[in-house]
Amino acid sequence: MSSDLLFSIVAALVKILVFVHIALIIAAYMSLAERKVSAWMQDRIGPNRVGYGGALQPIADAVKFMFKEDVVPGHVNKVLYVLAPALCVVPAFLVLAVIPFGPPLTVLGRSVPLVIADLDIGILWVFAISSLGVYGITIAGWASNSKYPLMGGVRASAQMISYEVCMGLSVVGVFMATSSLRLTDIVAHQADGAWNVFTQPIGFIVFAIAAFAETNRLPFDLPEAETELVAGYHTEYSSMKFAMFFMAEYTSMFVFSALIATLFLGGWDIPFISEATLTALGNWGALLGFASFMLKSAAFLFFYVWVRWTIPRFRFDQLMALGWKVLLPLSLASLVITGLVIQTGLDAWLTHWFKGA
Amino acid sequence: MGKVVQRRPLTWSEQLYLPAILSGLGRTWREMFQPETTLQYPEERPVIHDGYRGAPGLVRDDDGREKCVSCQLCEYICPPKAIMIKPAEIRDAASSETTGPDNVEKAPKEFFIDMLRCIYCGYCEEVCPEEAIFMTSVYELNGSSRAELVHDKPKLYEIGGTRIDKIKKWKDK
Repeated sequence: MSSDLLFSIVAALVKILVFVHIALIIAAYMSLAERKVSAWMQDRIGPNRVGYGGALQPIADAVKFMFKEDVVPGHVNKVLYVLAPALCVVPAFLVLAVIPFGPPLTVLGRSVPLVIADLDIGILWVFAISSLGVYGITIAGWASNSKYPLMGGVRASAQMISYEVCMGLSVVGVFMATSSLRLTDIVAHQADGAWNVFTQPIGFIVFAIAAFAETNRLPFDLPEAETELVAGYHTEYSSMKFAMFFMAEYTSMFVFSALIATLFLGGWDIPFISEATLTALGNWGALLGFASFMLKSAAFLFFYVWVRWTIPRFRFDQLMALGWKVLLPLSLASLVITGLVIQTGLDAWLTHWFKGA
Repeated sequence: MGKVVQRRPLTWSEQLYLPAILSGLGRTWREMFQPETTLQYPEERPVIHDGYRGAPGLVRDDDGREKCVSCQLCEYICPPKAIMIKPAEIRDAASSETTGPDNVEKAPKEFFIDMLRCIYCGYCEEVCPEEAIFMTSVYELNGSSRAELVHDKPKLYEIGGTRIDKIKKWKDK
């Protein structure tokens, strides 16, 4: 009994340590990937001086950020100013808790699911916590006590409210198909049948677009909008506090890529390889599933960067119009269609058809 | 009477914006595999073509004689007044580097070009009757103080070097 308890505590701690570090390393290397990919797209070379081909650039950046002078301007609200970067980073990492990274591992004869906390309300936790990130941005804008950060903060909150709605609605279809909010159930359901990207194409597109808005990435980076707002909500920040906003942005990028992989791209499911085959391979199967999951997330991370260097920023009214007049009706339509398909029993037929194909 | 431009309404597929976005994504994707157009600067240098107007420099002729006769036309024409010349006396052996019987013309005693003022217009080169000052291909100018960027006579001759000319002005004199 006590050894079981000890084992689960140790397993949980190890999982937290490993997953948080995976997210941190990915966040750090996303900054390099972004610069490299943008360089390639613009026929440049990109950072290539630190390490082989610039491989150690994130470490050099981290050292630079730590040794820079940490300026706290005299006109800011000091408590909120210091609190804001932390409020940005923490929710980004908390969302990581419910994401299933792979099939269960077997360690010392015990099964260890590769998810920190397999909550019943998994996706609700994601929505609840990830939208807390906007508090960090809004408070940063407010506490900076100057005009551009405030504009950025106000934009962030307006954008978050608009896109949270259609984001939530776009995944309801997934729950209706799975009849569970638990992310591991959603993955298992997709491994059995077809991936949700095929059964819920509209939901997928709406969720992917809303994810850009939630993570404040171009074309929806209105809160920082360099060309209009200097640097938006982090104008007054320097040194490590500034770096924390970046960490939050890249971490939530990874989290949302992982979520899209989980909800729509079948999580750790490998196409044309059944779950039974993976289970038969034991721990190697689990690692293969983990690799498949990371590959899907990485593909979507690349898509984030790719879109950033392709599409210009939306105007604010266009952003609002897109959110309320296009994405919201689309997600509602997707909801109705899913309901109709389930009610008329078409879904069983479709699943059969996909499996046959 | 201006021309009236008909603005046609967007078609259904254009209103979706998705085809336009996809074609843009295709464009950036193709661009990823194009060769780089940038240079790795300190190691790779750009090709400097003829007629490039870099830092101005003074030149010597084949015999190592100063070509400048200190007429001060360049000082006069220089739009930002970057040039300052102090002429020397004729046959002033102490001031001129090339002494001897041939030296029947004036030479500058001091010649300064303030590179912080120079606008690289090349008027000095155009106006010079002796073809003594040239815009060179030197484009890297730096110094740790303002005084360091005021080029004096030795520095200007270092930049300009020797110029082999067809016309040998002193050959039969």
